[in-house]
Amino acid sequence: MSSELNIIEGESTPITKPAPATHADVKAKVESKNWFYTDIVKDHFFNPRNILINDADAEKLEFDGVGMVGSPACGDGMKMWIKVDKKNDKIVDCKWQTFGCASAIGSTSMLSVMVTENGGVPVQKALELKPMDIMNRLGGLPNRKFHCSVLGDKALRAAINDHFRRSGQTERIIVEGARIIDPDLKITDKDIEEAVLDGADTIEKVQHKLKVGVFNKSCLPAVEELIRFYKEKYFG
Amino acid sequence: MTEKTIYLDNAAATPMRQEVKEAMDPFYVDVYGNPGSFNSVGHEALQQVDEARKTAARILNCAERELIFTGGGTESINLAIKGVAFAKKKGHIITTTVEHHAVLHTCEWLEKQGFEITYLPVDRCGLVTPEQVRDAIRPDTILVTVMYANNEIGTIMPIPEIVKVCKEKRVLFHTDACQAGCSQNLNVKELGVDMFTLNGSKIYGPKGVGLLYVRLGVQLEPLVHGGGQEGGKRGGTENVAGIVGFAKALELSQKEKEQENTRLIKLRDYLTAGLLQHIPKAVLNGHPTKRLPNNVNVSILDIEGEALTLLLNEHGICASTGSACTSGSLEPSHVILATGLPYEFAHGSIRFTMGRDTTKEDIDKVLEVMPAAVQRLRAISPYNLKLEEYISKEEQQAMMEQYTKVIVQ
Ligand SMILES: Cc1ncc(COP(=O)(O)O)c(C=O)c1O
Ligand code: FES
Repeated sequence: MSSELNIIEGESTPITKPAPATHADVKAKVESKNWFYTDIVKDHFFNPRNILINDADAEKLEFDGVGMVGSPACGDGMKMWIKVDKKNDKIVDCKWQTFGCASAIGSTSMLSVMVTENGGVPVQKALELKPMDIMNRLGGLPNRKFHCSVLGDKALRAAINDHFRRSGQTERIIVEGARIIDPDLKITDKDIEEAVLDGADTIEKVQHKLKVGVFNKSCLPAVEELIRFYKEKYFG
Repeated sequence: MTEKTIYLDNAAATPMRQEVKEAMDPFYVDVYGNPGSFNSVGHEALQQVDEARKTAARILNCAERELIFTGGGTESINLAIKGVAFAKKKGHIITTTVEHHAVLHTCEWLEKQGFEITYLPVDRCGLVTPEQVRDAIRPDTILVTVMYANNEIGTIMPIPEIVKVCKEKRVLFHTDACQAGCSQNLNVKELGVDMFTLNGSKIYGPKGVGLLYVRLGVQLEPLVHGGGQEGGKRGGTENVAGIVGFAKALELSQKEKEQENTRLIKLRDYLTAGLLQHIPKAVLNGHPTKRLPNNVNVSILDIEGEALTLLLNEHGICASTGSACTSGSLEPSHVILATGLPYEFAHGSIRFTMGRDTTKEDIDKVLEVMPAAVQRLRAISPYNLKLEEYISKEEQQAMMEQYTKVIVQ
């Protein structure tokens, strides 16, 4: 049953495995737990690495940067803390918390391993990490779950920027070439660009995709303008 | 970690009964005839389809020719709504915001074809009132379609009362009764409906088989044209095994209805009370009493439903969530949003729908596992939302009190 996790009525059991009727049969045959995710994702979901259980620990560990992305209204949220060995410019510890689905948990757990392994990873290398690299280490994610791995990546970038800010290395701060359009949902012009490229050519369609302006209607004129701009740019 | 599977997703699909499977078996290999053929093999098939129709007609208290077998709930709904729309050619249709997508998307499509649709909002419990329907009816209203029971939150709509309004105003009424098949009154004459949809997959019958009752005299344009089957309303060789299985399933679930309802309501209230008691910042979605005997749906703040579902799955518990994160352009439950709760609640929602096989031990297991699973996800959640900011203390208290009353009764 885990192949479809949302409430979608009428999910179907393959005909080769008819849902049996008697009590005993039901229990027996549904037993095989077909996981929606790979074993690696599953392992990281059930045993998340580097998770921060107690908020007070963040203080104790004296982290150098904190980043937070998402919101509970969007159904995802990620907070990440990093500790940097400043002499060697390496990330040596990475802790996180999430309000997110299993893939968000699994992929962020993997990310936290990837940026701290082998005695620490140079900040520059961590910045070069792509969500795709996490995916590969996880053995893949279902298609529509790709964005879940982006969440941890974004939180990491935010944490690294925070570290740059705190340590006075402002010249290293990377502004993601994106401008926040909807401050409540942290939706940027890049998101709108992607949505338009994805075929959303009206404000309704873009809203359907991104929920932009659902909570903050004041940004809608800006969104409309961007849609027009990107439509012109890509589709003439 | 592999334990007994506790299947609590009966609103999505019910396991087919052994008796139903046995009733269907002969119609694949042995009785292979076409009910439309004038030969003995075909005749036998026809007899069995007729027999099934008779059984269904007896249970729904209607004439056999008022029944159309279809390829599922979705098709029945499409036939009812589009069938009336195409027969009338133009006009206004009334429905609710909490319908199944089979209704909502059909209505949205008809809007593009020039029909006007009113989507009635629901209250916090997921109910529409007959007064709302009365106020929405216009001179050009051709159809009102309101679901019998909600598939997500289990709310049972006041169908007889809404029918009364429609009769007064002389407007056709259809109800999607897919979720009501096992537990509610299916007597179409008593309910007074003009059209009525059921499907096999929610009554321990086969998937992909549906039924549409259409009162004699209702003008309906067919959607599937063909060999004149089903009174010319749905062409195509009959799904003989499916129809036989559907009727068998309907018959069996009717027999044990009262007994099962009593048993399930006890379990439902036991589970709800347990969840609300042991899990902080949890709210019940839907109505405390006007709800399906097998449905419990709660929203839990700070945590995400999919992760919770998977944790439960590891304990062998199969449940569903209305969560779907918006950055993936996945739509969270439109039903929970329609009850006026914000997105946070839709993302933290979890639905348990019990069935014939559910025991008290199963529920005890859920109550044992849930608080720990929630705690675990809360521990790793960066949020600590305040319930009072969404739902007033008074409303919370009222819900709890109403609920304790239910339990005591
Ligand atoms: C309320 C409701 N309506 C319609 C349907 C659609 O029925 P089917 O899947 O048989 O097409 C379902 C379930 O799938 C349902 O729960
Ligand atoms: S974070 Fe959106 S579905 Fe996983």
